[in-house]
Amino acid sequence: MAIQDLPTTQQTTPQSRLVEMSWDPITRIVGSLGIYTKIDFNAKKVAECHSTSSIFRGYSIFMKGKDPRDAHFITSRICGICGDNHMVCSNYTQNMAFGVRPPALGEWVVNLGEAAEYMFDHNIYQENLVGVDFCEQMVRETNPGVWERAKQTTAPNAGIHGYATIADIMTSLNPFSGDFYRQALQISRYTREMFCLMEGRHVHPSTLYPGGTGTVATNQLFTDYYSRLMRYIEYMKVCVPLHDDLFNFMLEALPGYEHVGERRILLGCWGAFQDPEHCDFKYENMTHWGRKMFVTPGVVVDGKLVTNDLVEINLGIRILLGSSYYEDWPNEETFVSKDPLGNSVDRRHPWNMHTLPTPKKRDFTQQYSWVMSPRWFDGKDHLALDTGGGAIARLWSTALSGLVDIGYIKATGNSVIINLPKSALRGPATFEWKTPQYSNTIERHRARTYFQAYAAAAALHFLDKAFDEMHAGRTRTWEPFTVPQDGFGCGFTEAVRGVLSHHMVIRDGKIANYHPWPPTPWNANPRDVYGTPGPYEDAVQNTPIFEENGPENFKGIDIMRSVRSFDPCLPCGVHMYVGGGKTIETVHSPLAPFG
Amino acid sequence: MAIAAPPTDTVVNVLWIPAGLSCDGDSVALTGATQPAIEEIALGALPGLPNVVFHWPLISYTVGGDFLKAFFAAGRGELDPFVLVVEGSIPNENFAGDGYFSGFGNKPGTDQPMTFSDWIDLLAPKALAVLAAGTCATYGGIHAMAGNPTGAMGILDYLGWNWTSKAGIPIVCVPGCPVQPDNLSETILYLLWQAAGRAPMIPLDDAGRPTWLFGNTVHEGCDRAGYYEQGVFATDYDSPTCLVKIGCWGPVVKCNVPKRGWMGGVGGCPNVGGICIGCTMPGFPDKFMPFMDEPPGAKVSSTVISLYGNAIRTLRSFTQATVDKEPKWRHKGKRLTTGYQPRR
Repeated sequence: MAIQDLPTTQQTTPQSRLVEMSWDPITRIVGSLGIYTKIDFNAKKVAECHSTSSIFRGYSIFMKGKDPRDAHFITSRICGICGDNHMVCSNYTQNMAFGVRPPALGEWVVNLGEAAEYMFDHNIYQENLVGVDFCEQMVRETNPGVWERAKQTTAPNAGIHGYATIADIMTSLNPFSGDFYRQALQISRYTREMFCLMEGRHVHPSTLYPGGTGTVATNQLFTDYYSRLMRYIEYMKVCVPLHDDLFNFMLEALPGYEHVGERRILLGCWGAFQDPEHCDFKYENMTHWGRKMFVTPGVVVDGKLVTNDLVEINLGIRILLGSSYYEDWPNEETFVSKDPLGNSVDRRHPWNMHTLPTPKKRDFTQQYSWVMSPRWFDGKDHLALDTGGGAIARLWSTALSGLVDIGYIKATGNSVIINLPKSALRGPATFEWKTPQYSNTIERHRARTYFQAYAAAAALHFLDKAFDEMHAGRTRTWEPFTVPQDGFGCGFTEAVRGVLSHHMVIRDGKIANYHPWPPTPWNANPRDVYGTPGPYEDAVQNTPIFEENGPENFKGIDIMRSVRSFDPCLPCGVHMYVGGGKTIETVHSPLAPFG
Repeated sequence: MAIAAPPTDTVVNVLWIPAGLSCDGDSVALTGATQPAIEEIALGALPGLPNVVFHWPLISYTVGGDFLKAFFAAGRGELDPFVLVVEGSIPNENFAGDGYFSGFGNKPGTDQPMTFSDWIDLLAPKALAVLAAGTCATYGGIHAMAGNPTGAMGILDYLGWNWTSKAGIPIVCVPGCPVQPDNLSETILYLLWQAAGRAPMIPLDDAGRPTWLFGNTVHEGCDRAGYYEQGVFATDYDSPTCLVKIGCWGPVVKCNVPKRGWMGGVGGCPNVGGICIGCTMPGFPDKFMPFMDEPPGAKVSSTVISLYGNAIRTLRSFTQATVDKEPKWRHKGKRLTTGYQPRR
């Protein structure tokens, strides 16, 4: 951690004590991220936050001219924890562009694989990466008072999970020595086996293709998945109450903690899990089959549903340049001026964008970012939607639409009810996720655990459907196709940590333009040309500080929890800077790697 | 080659830099390993292991400068011995002008990122061994594809194919996109055993791969190879037969995945319906694209094998019909016809 006392004369009240503190690299996330802040220790508040990551790879450049059938193999390599989400999104895009509809069983296989990915990824992230922020060692070091209270606080669900006090839960999350920590690592493995059953390999699948899957669908395949799934469901019956106890305790022990990481409710969800009975991958019907997805797409603003129409969602996407190392594309070709429904497509839409890199020194007053700023245009404003790390947006969007009703899951209009059947040692259990008052750090974390249960419940439905297909003798999982000379397609799904779209244009049988837009650029982008800040800045800036340490041994735990609540995945983000646009003259470098 | 073996109470540090052009998929893969599992290495669960301290961003308790302390100490020669693990391909920063393509923390005394190549220049000379995890780090991989803007390459290209560590160990490459989890954890274990004086020099092939993991082809370990032998080739991707004519490069690719499975023996590539796209090979990806076309070399070999395979298959069908029937002496009749002859 770097510490830099700042002259108190600049943008501060006489009482404030503004100190620059930085953490670079942020660990326990995927990729390289640095967080640079100015903290007012007298007001106990983050005054300013900059986030930066430093990698450029150039996918949209080297994909040009390649065979469109190679797109999913290549784009999977964008991400090392949710590469399969990219592959699936790419397959959706290819299916639209090639005009192919996979057999129903192929789609159920994909859904089962993707459900396993959510079960695995949210689990390892929550317990082995985020959990450490709430473990005994961390809480003792940052909030000794909270630790003392945790020791005195009986866990309300102790009868279910077996940990008598909140302190016991925290101890179980200690890295390696904690038993819940170690159990979660094991669970992250058999859930990945479930994944491999359906998609071949984690994290870059081997058995997915445009037109369906190469997975050989047999009774053995689904039974192998089923037995592991029921073990996971048994685990979820412990996991959900345990996390409710932990997160509710944090809110009770630290009044005001609900404002840590709080941001205006501006959530995007692009929907997940196709229903093969409705999804024909035709753009013209996308509004219909989008609403049939088993996680409902939607834009949620101030707690209200703005739209759940994938066509509207698609047409509203805009890629703005902020202060990034790219040139604008005013004189470049427009590939798609009208969508298949006759709607105009903007120049700043992914179908029409161009990647023109110009690497430069990092200069926070000028160009400092390898990422552009994705926004969603509602006809009036370019909204800086976030994904809240994925789970909260998926649950919120699904809850408000009230469309999902499959027995194991019911969306009610303001909540999502998850019904889990009897497992080996535990009876049936029902959990209800209710739309919270705030979009904040704790609720992003809480939603992650609930969505693990959601994914498991959805997988039960997919298994029922897959068995139905198989028992009826419909065992094909792949449908042949031809690649058109010219065409375009788009795909929408939910990467584990949030919205994911792919857009492809084909010319002369080759890829002419390809742009994946994953969740992390949505969450962690710089101010755009209109001066609208990205979500990280919103969420971390003005966050109250509850850590008991002063600047000398400050760990920034409230900031770390907030940043990690978005589940940053930097390989998807390429490079981000989030800042207030102000600079403070410093005496010596605030960016040296040592405190 | 002789290596000064540290006593087993020595601490061996593992410094992991995932800052290349990567997806972090090899870090994630290691969390999935079970033979051995990462916690078993960290907790010293296997006999003969030295004390191991991981400095691995994916699961590190510490953050930022606290986390990087060990890396700079190693650069000053104050942390010895250590194994350097690199993940991701190395962009050629000469093409980044005044900027950079890949950074990890900041360069001391500046406000600019410390690039991946800066880190390698600092740490490789001091390392007991350099281990490249995944095909990006070993040979360049996806980000070094034709048309890439960064001039990316693997560590063998960067340090030199004949480079050896100060302990005389060549660069150890565990390719795969991503790496098969147990292949990586097992190689880390081997190097730690070697560091503790419990194992001889790690055996590597010409491309730096552990020979016992990469000495055979995909095809040699594929449970669909029997279809190839009988000349049964898939034309659809959901067929359970041999995928060679629809894009599988298994016959020429060095990799143990079909034999080992992906995790806990589950999954794989051609064995479960995924064409082999050659992701462990130095020629990946360009020499295997377009992935879904039949490999040029397969046209001849599959035609030749079809003649032999059809004949073999016909002959086998006769034998199979025979062995698919029970012997005739299993019946409820009054007479024992098994051939048993009781003693008179």
